[in-house]
Amino acid sequence: MLKLEPRPQPSQFWSLASPLLALAITVIIGVALFAALGKDPVRGLQVFFWEPIKTPYALGELMVKATPLLIIALGLAVCFRSNVWNIGAEGQFVIGAVFAGGVALTAGKTTGGWIVIAILLAGIVGGMLWAGITALLRDRFNASEILVSLMLVYVADMVLSYLVYGPWKDPAGYNFPQTKTFESVTQIPRLMAGSRVSIGLLIALAAAAALWIFLFRTRAGFAQQVGGLAPAAARYAGFSSRRALWVALLTSGGAAGLAGALEVAGPIGQLTPYVPAGYGFAAIIVAFVGRLHPVGMIFSAVLMSMFYIGGELAQSRLGLPKSITGVFQGLLLFTLLACDTLIAYRLRFTALQAGMKGAR
Amino acid sequence: MSIPRLQLAHITKRYPAVVANSDVSLTVQPGETHAVLGENGAGKSTLMKIIYGSVKPDEGSVMFNGQPVHIRNPQEARALGISMVFQHFSLFDTLTVAENVWLGLDKRLTLNEVTHSITTKAAEYGLDIDPSRPVHTLSVGEMQRVEIIRALLTSPRLLILDEPTSVLTPQAVEKLFVVLKKLASEGCSILYISHKLHEIRELCTACTVLRGGKVTGVCNPQVESNASLSRLMIGAEPPALAHHARSAGEVVLRVQALSLPREDQFGVDLDDVSMQVRAGEVVGIAGVSGNGQKELLYALSGEDTRAAPSMVQVFGQDAARMGPGGRRALGVHFVPEERLGRGAVPTLGLAHNLMLTRTDAIGAGGWIHVRALQAQAAAIIQRFNVKAGGPNAAAKSLSGGNLQKFIVGREIDANPKLLIVSQPTWGVDVGAAAQIRGEILALRDAGCAVLVVSEELDELFEISDRLHVIAKGRLSPPIARADATVTLIGEWMSGLWHADVQAHLATEAAHAQA
Amino acid sequence: MESYALLLAATLNAGTVLAIAALGLLINEKAGIVNLGAEGMMLCAAIAGFAAVVHTGSDLAGFAAGMGAGALLAAIFGVLVIWLNTNQYATGLALSLFGAGFSAFAGIKYVQEKLPERPQFHIPLLGDIPLLGPALFRQHPMVYLAMFMVAGLIWFLYRTRGGLVLRSVGESPESAHALGYPVRRIRLGAVVAGGALCGLAGAYIAVIYTPLWVEGMVAGKGWIALALTTFATWRPARVLLGAYLFGGVTMLQFHLQGIGVNVPSQFLTMLPYLATIVVLALISRNPAWIRVNMPASLGKPFYPGS
Repeated sequence: MLKLEPRPQPSQFWSLASPLLALAITVIIGVALFAALGKDPVRGLQVFFWEPIKTPYALGELMVKATPLLIIALGLAVCFRSNVWNIGAEGQFVIGAVFAGGVALTAGKTTGGWIVIAILLAGIVGGMLWAGITALLRDRFNASEILVSLMLVYVADMVLSYLVYGPWKDPAGYNFPQTKTFESVTQIPRLMAGSRVSIGLLIALAAAAALWIFLFRTRAGFAQQVGGLAPAAARYAGFSSRRALWVALLTSGGAAGLAGALEVAGPIGQLTPYVPAGYGFAAIIVAFVGRLHPVGMIFSAVLMSMFYIGGELAQSRLGLPKSITGVFQGLLLFTLLACDTLIAYRLRFTALQAGMKGAR
Repeated sequence: MSIPRLQLAHITKRYPAVVANSDVSLTVQPGETHAVLGENGAGKSTLMKIIYGSVKPDEGSVMFNGQPVHIRNPQEARALGISMVFQHFSLFDTLTVAENVWLGLDKRLTLNEVTHSITTKAAEYGLDIDPSRPVHTLSVGEMQRVEIIRALLTSPRLLILDEPTSVLTPQAVEKLFVVLKKLASEGCSILYISHKLHEIRELCTACTVLRGGKVTGVCNPQVESNASLSRLMIGAEPPALAHHARSAGEVVLRVQALSLPREDQFGVDLDDVSMQVRAGEVVGIAGVSGNGQKELLYALSGEDTRAAPSMVQVFGQDAARMGPGGRRALGVHFVPEERLGRGAVPTLGLAHNLMLTRTDAIGAGGWIHVRALQAQAAAIIQRFNVKAGGPNAAAKSLSGGNLQKFIVGREIDANPKLLIVSQPTWGVDVGAAAQIRGEILALRDAGCAVLVVSEELDELFEISDRLHVIAKGRLSPPIARADATVTLIGEWMSGLWHADVQAHLATEAAHAQA
Repeated sequence: MESYALLLAATLNAGTVLAIAALGLLINEKAGIVNLGAEGMMLCAAIAGFAAVVHTGSDLAGFAAGMGAGALLAAIFGVLVIWLNTNQYATGLALSLFGAGFSAFAGIKYVQEKLPERPQFHIPLLGDIPLLGPALFRQHPMVYLAMFMVAGLIWFLYRTRGGLVLRSVGESPESAHALGYPVRRIRLGAVVAGGALCGLAGAYIAVIYTPLWVEGMVAGKGWIALALTTFATWRPARVLLGAYLFGGVTMLQFHLQGIGVNVPSQFLTMLPYLATIVVLALISRNPAWIRVNMPASLGKPFYPGS
């Protein structure tokens, strides 16, 4: 019989190994899924894990996808470590993109390169504002941030839709719901020629370093996390739970908004109804699989991008629907949560007890 | 020789970190009140859970009324006639008394039948309770009555009581003993778990002593002394504490007319609480839990800042609106009752837990100097004799006593001017408890002002210079320890400290003696 | 006048979906478990139900398939949070994300499919009453089933011992465990029952409400149902009322468009979500009220034997 025994000390080994085990289980299930769908499993694995890293260009595309995921996840890590459940990052991403797009639209032929900074700042502000609504309702009315932030995702989608179908629609766009393409000066600078990777990658890595310092080397970061680990202890210590709430939501909102700005002034180049690509939700998985740790999340962001790109390749090369990405992402999170049990518990095989010994 | 009601033979139960019970044998005769004595962690609770069916032993046998039995769950135990009154009540706050009792009975009775039985049984034993009241409106003593009635309604042949008097005033303890003696006279056997020697000697006719999971002795407490029982329980006489007479210095803490409406719906309002603590003295606050201690401590520690500014003054400065950080800057340090979850974060290491109340290892801009932090933790571990796996051991990996030693040590190491401690030795083994009490006295001798809130009267009598009693949110006037008796404090716990009531009680006592 | 009757009819219909899902979640939460995977379960149940009707032509098969899908997913969720003690919020979220991805994946083949002609229902006599008749008495049986469910649940929770045990498990699993009740099995039962009801609601969406399959067609109703249980302070009758309220708000947008109110459609589409936010804020303001009504162990892990 299998029994779960609590460990006296959380297992260091399994803290690192659990995501790897979860990945392994997900891969196994994936292979079975490929086989069940009549596709060659080896080809399937190749498409997901080899093709995306085969060439420098492929690596660049990987980084392009990983950048927004990482940035949003870094913000979410602050939230989840504080026990604030912001699941509306997708909405904050969209509103950040809207604000950024609004600034980008003001650019004309003669605008200087400084507008890129304004665009990014606008994105951050937009995301913070949207997350701020959630924070306010939780602070003042004790409303669940889970439900409010999620409802706001739907509202954000509607706001974007209204703008691109209405006042911001490109008059020369044949009545398609989209804004005009932003002037080239608004484009986020690329890191190198021949690749779509932008300085957004550098921003993401810098943010990861900053997060590490905040979480592990500052008293403010400590205070922030105690609120999530043991609220009574935070109150005892005098750490303000209200400040922790606002810091968590504004940070993650700003991060998501920044990611939105980078996307819209980068690869997309205009506002369309397809701006919401689900990164806000995928970033939740990135955060958990990365153990809410800056270094872990760099790896899990790359992993998640591999799933995205693999999904696209699976569609074009293997004829599988692109939504297989979503299946794998959800599966990964599930298996991760199950494997995480091993951090706090030990698996033991015990012999079935045939009653008490000595009693006849 | 009659057939024993209960016979445990060679019971062994192992957990990953500890052997809770090792080759334990126990015999209870019909109608006998049998004590199970041992300090915290001796294995008493595990043994009772085995008898009650919540836990299965790894080895050993159980015989009930001469028949071997395998008790697989509490329902089977109840069907046999074994009933249990828990230390931490297994009650449901938002349900009524009748519903709570109904849940503890297995028979196919209707709620109305149960309600009727409650009233009858309560009258029979003199336990006053209204079946239709929701449990969250009851006092702690009334809650215990619900537990007892629930147990009595199963017509038990064996009743187990786990530390029943920790939540009762001395007068309520007397009433409980009356109920238990009546029950025993009707042939029911009683297993009485406790670590309170004088109660066991008053109530019980047999006693099994546990230490470290093993039986160290079986005796008749009526013929034993506190000292001999203590020796069986901890292997030695209880350590004596050194007491130096000291004159108190300036007033460090002044509480004036503190009135505070409750924060929590199930809490207690504070009403006109006034007291003082001077440097170099220990002031104790006695009281049964649920009388406002929690609320008072929140107001003193800074976790509740709603009071008017001058209601709490430290060194003459208005402090009632200050948070914990501000009060620590004035030299006020606090050791809370809950260790894991409030005094320390369970999953963090001891070194990190220092940062809850200490900023010594924090540099400019809030930068954490990790090595300095670990050195500080190691120093505290050594000075206060904490058994832990190093400064980075997770708080939850320590035993209750050792974690308490660390938390108390953390606050004492800060050289406070005022130390407030809540339940300093609750759940702590005797050795660590003695050490903690010794540290408190040493602090007082060094000139610190100390306020101790405790439910253990013995402890307060041992270390306090002056005593107050808190009852229903009001605080009694202070009384010097030398002038206090258990009976008097017991009366005060019911709120009866006003001079005219005291005079009345005194004349009553005089008449009773005449 | 007639358009108001239509609005009422549509409200009952829309509210039924929310009500059934919310009642399922209420059973969950009475036992102390919060299942954020409602949206994912409803999506998977929707495609399961739709596919079942496409292949068998039977609506009942569709409902059964939906309930089965919901129950299965809920069971997996239940084992994780009850026996492995994974974080309830994270696991529920994982379920929602997985459900969204899986339903999109499995539903690819069914996007253009059509169902056979949807049946019309008509209670004789009552259905012929002018104005109110068509609104109230020509509904799909599921609408009336939802009302019976509420009555049944009230009776179960507050008049039977089984319901009392369930409530006690949600109030204090430790005490229930000490008394010998199989807390974990009771919780699993509640979770699976809740999942089955969410599945029924999901199947209803794809089989009756808007009989087609489109990725993400549940459009947040699972989340609104979660908000509903809080809004209704965990009381079944209030859940039904709240469901109709939200159903009404959702239907209002079509009504307003129909009568030519000149507001961009997106703002009308936002209405149910904004309404949810407003209601949540108003209800959550009073912590005392919440404390007396909320199952005390909601969301917290339970460790027997500690």
